[in-house]
Amino acid sequence: MQQLADKLIQIIPHPGFIPDEYLYVGIQLAFALLVLMLFVAPFAGIVSWVERRIAARMMDRVGPNRVGPQGFLQWLADGIKSILKEDIVPTAADPILFRLGPYLVFVGMFIAFVVVPFSSKLVIADLNVGIFYLVAVTSLVTVGILMSGWGSNNKYSLLGGMRSAAQIVAYEIPAGLAILVIVFLSGSLSMQGIIAAQGAYPWQWFLFDNPFTLVTFFLLFIAALAEGNRAPFDMPEAESELISGYSTEYSGMRFVFFYFEEWANIYLIAAVSTTLFLGGWQIPPAVREWATAIHALLPDLLEFVTFFLKAAVLIFVVIWVRWTLPRVRVDQLMILCWKYLVPLGFACVLGTGLWMLLFPTGLPVVRYLLVGGAAVTFGYFFYRVWYQLKAARVEIHLNPFV
Amino acid sequence: MSELHTQEMLLNMGPQHPSTHGVIRFVVKTDGEVMSTAIPDVGYLHRSIEKIAEKATYHGFMPWTDRVDYLAAMNCNYTYALAVEKLSGIETSRRAEYLRVISMELNRIISHLLAVGALGMDVGAYTPFIHGLREREKVNDLIEELCGQRLTYNYARVGGVIYDMPSGWAEKVLAFLDQFAPMVDEFNRLLTDNKILKNRLGGIGVISKEDAIAYNLVGPNLRGSGLKWDLRKDLPYSVYPEFEFDVPVGTGEAGTLGDCFDRYMVRIREMGESVKILRQCFEKIPSEGEPQVKVPKKIRPPAGEIYVRTESTRGDLGCYLVSDGGDKPYRLKFRAGSFNAMSIVEKVSRGMMVADLIAFIASLDIVAPEIDR
Repeated sequence: MQQLADKLIQIIPHPGFIPDEYLYVGIQLAFALLVLMLFVAPFAGIVSWVERRIAARMMDRVGPNRVGPQGFLQWLADGIKSILKEDIVPTAADPILFRLGPYLVFVGMFIAFVVVPFSSKLVIADLNVGIFYLVAVTSLVTVGILMSGWGSNNKYSLLGGMRSAAQIVAYEIPAGLAILVIVFLSGSLSMQGIIAAQGAYPWQWFLFDNPFTLVTFFLLFIAALAEGNRAPFDMPEAESELISGYSTEYSGMRFVFFYFEEWANIYLIAAVSTTLFLGGWQIPPAVREWATAIHALLPDLLEFVTFFLKAAVLIFVVIWVRWTLPRVRVDQLMILCWKYLVPLGFACVLGTGLWMLLFPTGLPVVRYLLVGGAAVTFGYFFYRVWYQLKAARVEIHLNPFV
Repeated sequence: MSELHTQEMLLNMGPQHPSTHGVIRFVVKTDGEVMSTAIPDVGYLHRSIEKIAEKATYHGFMPWTDRVDYLAAMNCNYTYALAVEKLSGIETSRRAEYLRVISMELNRIISHLLAVGALGMDVGAYTPFIHGLREREKVNDLIEELCGQRLTYNYARVGGVIYDMPSGWAEKVLAFLDQFAPMVDEFNRLLTDNKILKNRLGGIGVISKEDAIAYNLVGPNLRGSGLKWDLRKDLPYSVYPEFEFDVPVGTGEAGTLGDCFDRYMVRIREMGESVKILRQCFEKIPSEGEPQVKVPKKIRPPAGEIYVRTESTRGDLGCYLVSDGGDKPYRLKFRAGSFNAMSIVEKVSRGMMVADLIAFIASLDIVAPEIDR
């Protein structure tokens, strides 16, 4: 980002009396706005469409397919509809908390994007405490949800808000432990630093560094799902038990804010997992040389695409899990966290520490074995999916005009 | 310093609550997530169907029977028709009885599909519900071909059934059965074998055999508690004795005997048994016989009373019919299982969690119009 800003300052004509620091800040802010307005916000909208289409395909439904090609503009139509809707604040609700809740949720999620490294240069601010910052600011979401739940003056909302607080506080511990493992390995809290410590090929990723990191990946993924209130841990807005919990009383755009947060959150879950375990934006050096020869900006683009694709795969997994699994009960959720994930997290931290002590340069054999094992597992998995799809393809007799 | 104390919270679950399918209301007292009681409050859907019967002729009341239990209209049709036939001494043809059994067993399959699908939805799995509805649509197509309706089926008549089955219909049903049997397996892979579902349902809402009898539970809810009691076997009616099928009972495979999972599993297995019965029906159905025997335009049964019971999809469906010799019923009373299923909620729900109550209600498969007609 700094190099980019340096270049821009040289290019942009500006009067001499403005100090360069101000310009840096200006460029930084402009870029942050650009990322939020042109990438995150539309992306969250598009994820809503993607989710509905994938869910529909899983359920043998059609899903939105009228507005735009294949219903692609449905999210825009829904957004416009929500803005036009009446903004209702229930009479008995706490007006300040009720109004403030969605904004906190929104802000808590979106300022986390400040440290998401979309490529080696495309990052709003590469903080040296990046991952720590991310964990800290996403906690604002809990405050927002709790505020909305309490402020709604609705018993279901209150239960939803309380569940959310309990859940997010609990799951921050396994998530923190999982992040600690990566901090051990990379020796850095900066998101770019963590990616730089990995390589482009799977056996250079932290995911396959040692058996403990493989476990840690799943640990982090589960904890992130729970922190993001995604199924099967969508306890705060369990629609069949709590009638959407904390968002019951919200209408129109305020309601959309919560879902906006959720969809942006899916990307955040995917992006963090990609950064920590899947090598982030790393592209092979040979490809980088080839791309640089063609155009100076092409490597950046390739990096962005790599990061995006890795995140997209994880986004699909998040959506897929949501539309497959039943919801766990609130006590089962806590049992899973405190009895299984937290001890497992400590085991992973200790294990990785021990591993680093015994094999300071890593064990290439183990890495290759892990990559091979994962490849075989994936191969078998896709074979099973293909087999099931074939077996399930029966002729459906659906004629409404018999 | 005063001691910390908790305050009980009064929650109204329903009638608008998404998991109180239909209009059911529970007054729930909770201390946070744990409930102290859930008291059912019935009477939201009362439509005086039984009173209407006193104003309608015996034939004319037939379409009202669909509304008693809109998910098992065929069974309700049949139960009423059976009561009128028994009271007035009308004999139907064997072919008509076969057609009635075919229609009722198809109805049982789709009712159970909705029950298990909705249970999945209530514990948070939306996809299996839609898969259940998809299969249900196929049967709805078949039933529409048979009798013309897609929800409040109206097929049985006093003295038989209204139409014979259309030509080629039997093949279509058999083709459906061929693809439906593997679909149940797929449904099981998707939902039943899921660890989360087993943990959500196992050991929850346990109804002991004694309680089930004491509270007069019927159908899958009773069988889920381990009691092998099925009117099709134990008090046979129609042509059911001619078929071979099993009566699935709860086995306590996910925890305790009589928990939500047992009731769920009974329904899953009953769908398989219905497929067996249907296959035998199409093998054995006599080729001749009127779909409906000649019955007078105005039935006037001799003065007297009758009580018939059939095994509907939600269990023992009773019809008590009193005649004073006129052309309208003097008194009609349906006895349905959902009301009793509601009554046990208060006892079982003590100390449950809110999320468990949803699963428990769903596992009882309550249909609101059946609670209060």
